[in-house]
Amino acid sequence: MNYELWFQLASPEIVLSISSLALLLIAAWGGVQSSRLVSVLTVVALFGALALSFNFLLNPSFAEGADAFYGQYRMDRFASLSKILVFLSAIGCIIVAPKFFARGNLMRPEYPILILFATIGMGLMVSAVDLLTLYVGLEMQSLAAYVLASFLRSDDRSAEAGLKYFVLGALASGILLFGMSLLYGFTGTTSFIGIQTAFSDGVSTGALFGIVFVLSGLAFKISAVPFHMWTPDVYEGAPTPVTTFFATAPKVAAMALTMRVAIEAFGGQQSVWQQIVIFVALASIILGGVAAIGQQNIKRLLAYSSINNVGFILIGLATGTEAGASAMMTYLIIYVAMTLGSFICVLDLNDRDGRPVEEIAKLAGLSKTRPGLAAALAVFMFSLAGIPPLFGFWGKFVVFDAAVAAGLIPLAAIGIAASVIGAFYYLKVVKVMYFDEPADVIAPSDSAARMALVTLTALFVSPLGYFATLALSPVTAGAAKALFWAA
Amino acid sequence: MNELGFPILSLMLAVPMAAAVACLFVSANAARWIALLATLVDLALGIVLWMNFDIGGAQWQFVEKAALFDRFSWALGIDGIALMLIMLSVFLMPICIGASWEAIQTRVGEYMAAFLLMEVLMIGVFAAQDIYLFYIFFEAGLIPMYLIIGIWGGANRIYASYKFFLYTLLGSVLMLIAMFWMVNEAGTSDIPTLMAYDFPVEAQAWLWLAFFASFAVKMPMWPVHTWLPDAHVQAPTAGSVILAGVLLKMGGYGFIRFSLPMFPAASVDYLWLVFALSMVAVVYTSLIALVQSDMKKLIAYSSVAHMAIVTVGLFAFNRQGLEGALVVMLSHGLVSGALFLCVGVIYDRLHTREIDRYGGLSINMPRYALLFLLFTMASIGLPGTSGFVGEFLSLVGVYEVSSWAAIVCTTGIILGAAYMLYLYRRVAYGVIKSDDVAAMPDLNKREIALLLPIALVVLWMGVYPESFMAPMRKDVGALEARLASVKPAGDAQVKMGKAPALTPAAHAEEGHH
Repeated sequence: MNYELWFQLASPEIVLSISSLALLLIAAWGGVQSSRLVSVLTVVALFGALALSFNFLLNPSFAEGADAFYGQYRMDRFASLSKILVFLSAIGCIIVAPKFFARGNLMRPEYPILILFATIGMGLMVSAVDLLTLYVGLEMQSLAAYVLASFLRSDDRSAEAGLKYFVLGALASGILLFGMSLLYGFTGTTSFIGIQTAFSDGVSTGALFGIVFVLSGLAFKISAVPFHMWTPDVYEGAPTPVTTFFATAPKVAAMALTMRVAIEAFGGQQSVWQQIVIFVALASIILGGVAAIGQQNIKRLLAYSSINNVGFILIGLATGTEAGASAMMTYLIIYVAMTLGSFICVLDLNDRDGRPVEEIAKLAGLSKTRPGLAAALAVFMFSLAGIPPLFGFWGKFVVFDAAVAAGLIPLAAIGIAASVIGAFYYLKVVKVMYFDEPADVIAPSDSAARMALVTLTALFVSPLGYFATLALSPVTAGAAKALFWAA
Repeated sequence: MNELGFPILSLMLAVPMAAAVACLFVSANAARWIALLATLVDLALGIVLWMNFDIGGAQWQFVEKAALFDRFSWALGIDGIALMLIMLSVFLMPICIGASWEAIQTRVGEYMAAFLLMEVLMIGVFAAQDIYLFYIFFEAGLIPMYLIIGIWGGANRIYASYKFFLYTLLGSVLMLIAMFWMVNEAGTSDIPTLMAYDFPVEAQAWLWLAFFASFAVKMPMWPVHTWLPDAHVQAPTAGSVILAGVLLKMGGYGFIRFSLPMFPAASVDYLWLVFALSMVAVVYTSLIALVQSDMKKLIAYSSVAHMAIVTVGLFAFNRQGLEGALVVMLSHGLVSGALFLCVGVIYDRLHTREIDRYGGLSINMPRYALLFLLFTMASIGLPGTSGFVGEFLSLVGVYEVSSWAAIVCTTGIILGAAYMLYLYRRVAYGVIKSDDVAAMPDLNKREIALLLPIALVVLWMGVYPESFMAPMRKDVGALEARLASVKPAGDAQVKMGKAPALTPAAHAEEGHH
């Protein structure tokens, strides 16, 4: 027992927990006026946690990673890299929010605090090495997310999104919990490594059901087909800054959690879950592509785009190799930048009265009225479609390379051919912005913070991103290596 | 570093790239001048490259390598084939900018930036020595071309831009999977090393098909050529020039750089496929061209027919076929580019491409009629023009492998003469039908400055092709040697005729036959 080390390992979550409780008090006493102060302090706290996570990632003395709290929690390079992505997304979503809520005076200090709570949950998720930590982290994130989805109380769509998310999320949690209880019943342990050991001489039928249920519950959280139904509705109904958040941080955390469960807990039984993952990956790529074609609302379109991207990321998981895990992390990094950037572009689409514009048709001729924003959105769209030389191509590159190296050539061939379907609807957005006559609906930007974030993410996904590959690859490879420590 | 002491290929990429960025931020007129200047600088650099290219020297020259990225590197270098195709690109680019000088009036900065970006990517495709770097350059061309067709194109531009993008993207993605497999197998992404690597014969078939899917669409080969007429008709003049002049050559370059040397066994196995598709293409697209009423569409279909002669020439597996195919590629790049410019000249005046609207142009536009006639003849393949050299060599090469293919493809030349002369007669001869045609002025100085250099090079290549073939000779020889082990027997064994001999020994030998 070494509490000092344990607390040090969990320091990002501890910092965030203490600050969230303190900020809650400030919010309670300060009321609505304190929302600006609370936002700033939340960002400061997140930057603090970010710095701690960077230390874990880069400090050679943590290269091996370490367990804390009797094998409930692990801080390793995989966890720290995932946390960095989660924290950065959360910071982005807090920075862009005030302008959005300012219209109608709906900004509340609870917004940054709820994001902070969700972030703590996600920190636990990516560090979980035990089914119980997993569940606690997941629920902490989900409960905060349900409230966030319905944050615009007066808006029917927002309330509907929150309710839908809650009902379906609760169902998924139930499925997950059922799977976990089966696993516990058949293996006698809740620890990932214990489950792996118990599986070393085969999987019984009951435990197999457990695996399927756990993976189904997790598929819901990453919004993979066939558990994706909630995504377009929630993404459309939730306030756009919240949608931005949903599409980035929880995706990273849930994906990291899925990787940890599949590779660590079910690691020895890859043949059992591989076909499930292959099916889910291909179904997500194809459905995410086909269903997006008819969408008229850009938020729904981006929701399907995120389903589509999850499919590509899962191809990395299907390989079950270290190269595959490293490719997934690379893809996640690029995915977060692309998604954050495109949603912030959407946030900046307001008409002259300041009302948000979400219809794709109203973006017509945006390249003439707002050339900078149109160019950035075009970069994100081409990048999401995976067209070189934009950086989104690199994510697909590493994932498919890993799939080919693992011998999954038919999977790679079908997946990459299906990516052309996705290209079609991304092109549609570019077409509306560049080829159509200006509708002249969109007002000039009123937020320097948004423009700065859009510029930053657009530069990252531009071809300049390739110069980062030499620096990124050892980081993602180190994270993947940490994941395979027991293998 | 290299022969010149400075990274000339990187510089040739950097100049248009920097100019492209600059064009986005300046006024329309400044953008035009920046673009013209940058493309002329690149042309000058290209000439320096050619002058310093050591013919018969090392296979790969001006090699640069920098480990800038993970898994692939910034590796550039050229052989004679790449040199000639780079020359074609840098030669056509200033002409494209000039052709757009007055025709493009909206969003000039973005237009020039897109063209300069295209130039970067075209040079990059031909200079890349890393297979992944090649893929990035190869695919990235989709974005600027999509925008060029979609923003500055004709009435039905949106359909054409989608079709162009999705067709070529679908063609290429499978090639990427094949590249992953090859790099995993060979342990390097260096193209020269991969060209010498012997891939397992059973894998070659799959790899060949994956590459074929990409290059056949790009080329384009029948039946995946349908994007080309649409894209050509809708693209602005300069877009058509670049599309026909250089982008189609990427398919042929792909065959000669990847399919043939990397998968020789599969190339022979699928010879029938290439020959069959090419034979259909030559006859079928020529017949379609014969009935077109739109000038650009006619030339687009003639491009498909000419490219089919390139593919049969490449897959003849002998020196004549390979060299002929390369010369056809260069010649077609110049001639079809010039023909599209000729269409552009009269389109700018009358704003229609309907052949029936014109007639009797030789009366009021004699200089135009003369140059148009020269390019028409070059397209037909009249001796003395560049078209003849390439088509003759290709067909000689094909004849050694398959006389049927040679016979069918030669009908393409007859049909080509038919549709081109028919086009020329309808446009230039006869009487002037309407007042607006009669009012069309002859070529102005700018247009002469665009067409005359192409005309001179076409004649140069027709009269003294050695200048263009000499740098490629050694590389074609290397490829021929690589293919020697799998060379098909062919059905037309040409033998030297024997003089009748009177000695009994000779008679006895005769009897054994």
